[in-house]
Amino acid sequence: MAHEAAHDHHDEHHDHHEHQSFFQRWVMSTNHKDIGTLYLVFSLLMFFIGGSFAMVIRAELFKPGMQLVQPYFFNEMTTMHALVMIFGAVMPAFVGLGNWMIPMMVGAPDMALPRMNNLSFWILPFAFALLLSTLFLPGGGPAGGWTMYPPLSLQSASLAYVVFAVHLMGISSIMGAINIIATILNMRAPGMDLLKMPVFVWSWLITAFLLIAVMPVLAGAVTMLLTDKYFNTHFFDAAGGGDPVLFQHVFWFFGHPEVYIMILPAFGIISEIIPTFSRKPIFGYKAMVFAIASIAFLSFIVWAHHMFAVGLPLGAEIFFMYATMLIAVPTGVKVFNWVATMWGGSMTFETPMLFAVAFVILFTIGGFSGLMLALVPADFQYHDTYFVVAHFHYVLVTGAIFAIMAATYYWIPKWTGHMYSEFWGKVHFWNSVIWVNVLFFPQHFLGLAGMPRRIPDYNVAFANFNMISSIGGFLFGASQLIFLGVIIHCVWFSKKKATDRVWEGAKGLEWTLSSPPPHHSFTIAPVIHDDELAHGHVED
Amino acid sequence: MISGGIKPKGSKGIVRALGVGALSLIGMGLFGSTVLANPEPGQLNLTPGVTTYSNVPYMLNNVALGVCVVIGILVFGAMFIAMFRFRKSRGAVAEKWAHNTTVEIIWTVIPIIILITLAWLATDGLRQFSDTTGAQMTVKVTGYQWKWRYDYVDYQGKAISNVGFLSKLDDQSNATRQLNSGLDPYAVKVGDENVYLLNVDKPLVVPVDTKIRFVITADDVIHSWFIPALGWKMDAIPGVVNATWTNIKVPGVYRGQCAELCGQDHGFMPIVVKAVSKEDFAKWLADQQKPATPAAPAPASTAAAPAQATAQVAPAHGAQG
Repeated sequence: MAHEAAHDHHDEHHDHHEHQSFFQRWVMSTNHKDIGTLYLVFSLLMFFIGGSFAMVIRAELFKPGMQLVQPYFFNEMTTMHALVMIFGAVMPAFVGLGNWMIPMMVGAPDMALPRMNNLSFWILPFAFALLLSTLFLPGGGPAGGWTMYPPLSLQSASLAYVVFAVHLMGISSIMGAINIIATILNMRAPGMDLLKMPVFVWSWLITAFLLIAVMPVLAGAVTMLLTDKYFNTHFFDAAGGGDPVLFQHVFWFFGHPEVYIMILPAFGIISEIIPTFSRKPIFGYKAMVFAIASIAFLSFIVWAHHMFAVGLPLGAEIFFMYATMLIAVPTGVKVFNWVATMWGGSMTFETPMLFAVAFVILFTIGGFSGLMLALVPADFQYHDTYFVVAHFHYVLVTGAIFAIMAATYYWIPKWTGHMYSEFWGKVHFWNSVIWVNVLFFPQHFLGLAGMPRRIPDYNVAFANFNMISSIGGFLFGASQLIFLGVIIHCVWFSKKKATDRVWEGAKGLEWTLSSPPPHHSFTIAPVIHDDELAHGHVED
Repeated sequence: MISGGIKPKGSKGIVRALGVGALSLIGMGLFGSTVLANPEPGQLNLTPGVTTYSNVPYMLNNVALGVCVVIGILVFGAMFIAMFRFRKSRGAVAEKWAHNTTVEIIWTVIPIIILITLAWLATDGLRQFSDTTGAQMTVKVTGYQWKWRYDYVDYQGKAISNVGFLSKLDDQSNATRQLNSGLDPYAVKVGDENVYLLNVDKPLVVPVDTKIRFVITADDVIHSWFIPALGWKMDAIPGVVNATWTNIKVPGVYRGQCAELCGQDHGFMPIVVKAVSKEDFAKWLADQQKPATPAAPAPASTAAAPAQATAQVAPAHGAQG
C-alpha cells in the first residue's frame, strides 16, 4: 500500500518540521493535525463573531420598542449570524475534527491530499474577510436572510460580496470533502475494513458525499442571483419570465442536505463518546451506519418542506410531508441505539459524556419539533415563526454545537497531551445546558403565539418570553467564555499529562498513539487487532 | 386605527368609548365570543382560531405534541434510569451485548405506525385546506414593501369594482417603533387590548359565515400573509397568484403580521381582518361603493388618520362597521 512511500516521505519531512518557522508551520502546513487545529481555531473565532451578532439580536429583542439598532442593521445581524455560524463555525469545526481524527482513526499517516488540505483551509479566511467586510461598506451587509431569497436579496448592495464569499466557501468545502473521501477510501490501514471503521469516520464519509453533491448547487443558485442583479438575466424575475420560487427549490435542494451536513458528523461524534463512557460497544453498529446513510438519502427528497407556504400543489405538499416524516424512523433508531448503548453499561460522566447526554435529549427535542413542522397543516401555523427558530436552534446549538464541544473535551487531551480542567469543563457544561434552554425553549411559545421570525420589534404580548430568552442568550453567550478559558488552560497551562488512552473505556486506533500524537500519525501502517477497535467484532 | 377587539359576551348595544373623544360604534353585541384569537401574554399554545378550518392545525398540533411528549417521557425516562442504574460508581459492570434484533424491529415498526397515523390526520386536514372551491367572495391581497393592498373582487356572485385600499401600520405604532422614540409600546392600545405593531390604518373588512377565497400575490418582494386566528399563512410572491380560503365563524378583529422577511420594515406591516355580520358587511360594502363625498364615512375616517400621529390616543374608525 501507499504507506511505505508515506513512511519515507515522513522521515524527510519530519526533519524539516523540527525547525519550521511559525509562518512555515501554520501557513504552509500540509500536516493534517496543524490544519485541523487551524480549522478549529478559525471555527472558534467565527463562533464568537457569530455569537456577538446573536447578542445584538437578543439585546434588541430584550423588550418591546426599538432601543439599539435600526431595523435594517437588525436584518444584517440575523443574516450574518446565520452565515457566519453555518459556514464559519459549524462546518469548519467538523472539517477540523475530521482532519485531526480521520487519519488517526483509520491508521493513516496524514490526509490523502495534504496540499489541497492547506488550500481548502486558507480559502476560508479570505471568504470570511470578504463577507464580514460588507458590514463596514456603504450600503451595509447582506440583510435578506441567509437564504438569500430573491427578489429581496437582489436589493442588497453587498450581494456580489456575499456571492463570491459563498463561492469560496463552497470551493473550500468541496476540496475538504474530496480529501476526506480520498483519505477514507484509500488510506485505511490493512485490516481496517469499511465496516470496522469508527462511526465518526462513516458519518464523515457520507457527509463528504453530501457536500460534493450540493455545494455546486448552491454555487449555481447564487451565481444566478449575481447575473440577475448585474447582467439582466431573469432567472428569478417574474417580469422577465423567471420565477422567484425556482430559487427556493434550487436553494433548498442544497439547503436540506446542508442541514444534515451539519448534523451527521455530530451523530458520529456522539456514537464515539457514549460507548467510551458507557464502557460498552455501541448498540447496533450496522444499524447506526445504515441510519446515517438513509438520512443522507432522504435529505435529497425533502427540500420543499422549507417551502410549504409558497403555494405548492397538493400532491407536492403530501409527497414532501411523507418523505420528511420518514426521516423520523432512522433518526429514532439512532436515538434508541444511543440509549441502548448506555443500558447495561458502566457509566461515568466526564464533561464529554455530559455534553453527549445533553445532545441526545436536546437534539431529540429538536427532532420532535421537526416532526411537528413536517405536518403541513400545522406547519402553516408554525412556518416562519419563532417555533422554527426554536426548532433549528435545538438541532444546531444543542445538536451540532454541543457535539462539537463534546468532541473538543473528548479529544483535546489527545491533541495537546494535557488534561483539561474537569471542574471548569463541568462548570461550562452546566451553564451551557441551563442557559441554552432558557434561551431557546420559550421561543417555542413565542412561535405558537404567532411571533414571526426575523422581526426587530414585537407586540407586548410577546414581551415576557422574549425577555427570558434574551437573559438566557446573554448568559449562554457568557458561558462560552468559560469554554475559551478551559481550552487556553488546557493548551498552554495544564500540568496534568494525558495518558495515551486518556479515557478508560476508549477504543480505537487513535488511542494507541501517544498524547500528543507524533507529527505524522501512523508512519507505519498499524497492525489491527479487532478487539482494540470500537467496532472490531461486528456481527449485527 | 381601527377600533374594537373581541368584546365580552353580552355587550349588546353598548357603545364603548375607546379613547379620549373617540367612540366606537362597533361591537354592537356582534362580537359574542372571548375566543383566544390574538396573541396573549404568556400564551403557551396555538390558538384554536375562529374559522371552520382553524381547528385542524390546532388539533393536529395538540395530537403531535402529545405523541412527542409520550415518546419523550419513555425515551428520556429509559435514559435516566440507565444513567442511574448503570453507573460505574454504583459498581455497575458493563455488559458485552451490542445487538438485539427483536427490540430493533419493535422500535422501527412502532414509530412507523405512529407516523402513519399522524400522516393520515395531516393529509385529511390538508385536503380540507386545499379545497378553495365554492367560495362566495373573493379578495385579492397584494404585498408591498411595507404594506398590504386589499381589492374586493366579488361577493355573492356579483363582481365588485373600485373597492380596494392600502392597509399599513397605524400611526401610533409607527411613531412608537422609531429608534429611541421615547414612546411606550405598552401605551398603544385599542380599548383594553394592546395593539402595538398589530394595528393598521384600514383593516380588511369581511363577513362572517362566508367562504372567502383569497388570491394572494406581491408587487416587489416575497411577503407572507399570516393571521394565526385563521389557521394558516400563505406566501405573497411577485408573479405568482396563490389561492387559499377562510370561513370565519366569530365576528371580531383578528391580527397578524407579514411572515416572510421582506426588508427593513418587515416587522412593521401587520395584517388586520375585521369580521362583521353579513348585514353589516353589506352596509359597509355599499358605503365603499358610493362615489366619494365629503360626508361619506370612509373618507372621513381616512382623513382622521394623520391626526393620530400627534394624538395621545388615536380616534377610532367608528363608522366602518
